[in-house]
Amino acid sequence: MATSTDRHPLFIPLVLVGGLIFGFGLGYSHMARPEVVLNFLQFEDFGLLFVMFGGAAVTGIVFFVMPRVLDRAPLTGDPFERRLKSFDRNVLIGGAIFGVGWGLSGICPGAAYASLGIGNVTILWALAGMFIGACLQGWWRSRATDGVDPSPTGAD
Amino acid sequence: MVADPVPLQLAAELFPNGISRYAIGGLFVGLGAAVIYVGTGISAGASTFLESTLSYVSSQSRFQQYVASRDWRLVFTLGIILGAAVYAVVYQNGAWTTDVAWWRLLLGGIFVGIGTRVGKGCTSGHGVCGVGSASKTSLAGVLAFLLVAILTAQVVAALGVTP
Repeated sequence: MATSTDRHPLFIPLVLVGGLIFGFGLGYSHMARPEVVLNFLQFEDFGLLFVMFGGAAVTGIVFFVMPRVLDRAPLTGDPFERRLKSFDRNVLIGGAIFGVGWGLSGICPGAAYASLGIGNVTILWALAGMFIGACLQGWWRSRATDGVDPSPTGAD
Repeated sequence: MVADPVPLQLAAELFPNGISRYAIGGLFVGLGAAVIYVGTGISAGASTFLESTLSYVSSQSRFQQYVASRDWRLVFTLGIILGAAVYAVVYQNGAWTTDVAWWRLLLGGIFVGIGTRVGKGCTSGHGVCGVGSASKTSLAGVLAFLLVAILTAQVVAALGVTP
């Protein structure tokens, strides 16, 4: 991963452009509205499936094609890899905790940022909650790993 | 009056708002992630921003591991906010605000913050990039949060909380 000093000058602009397109998509797909997500979870409108799998179809093609046409990413020199994370029970436990939050609020992190963009200031409640949650989890995890047990947790 | 053929009726029931807004929006979400991947090799997720941004104010080792990526993650999030604002300016008449109760947003947000970090990803990391990678870990994660979210939302609705 490039550090901030030796980065390509187009690295940050490209991330901004990618974020703009990503956020526009979350707005256009109405995922920035918790009500629409809750309607999906209550089986009243199944459109959300098209958002998630439509997005995954695009990334799937790009993740498949890029390693075959280029050795390294032009702006970082990093190899093209798929997003593969190790499986352990935390994936299911964390997924279930996330599911409780998503089902209760109808909002997930990316959609919450986008929700601010469409003028939904009320979503600051959810964003505050997400930071509190990440803070609690990080505090707890730091204590667990800084303490007596030096073995890596493989959490990322 | 001639009734719609059964497939059309079914489609109208499952997708009362049609599918084009969802499919087109989803393609843009995937395209945004793809643009970053093609240039940098990074498969970006939205939820790591929470921890990487906390590294600005906390010295916990859990957050400090993200110091190298915290600036571009901040830019990515700003991009998401601005991109949604572009949508709002073009297609939406003024600001839109939710009617979901504040305590649902706050409490749900806390669970989202804990769960995405314990579970190594959210709807963009696992859902869009992980599923696009055909990652079994991400498919398991998506299945876990989808099923629990459906259950939670149905229980909350059955308890009469609206919205």
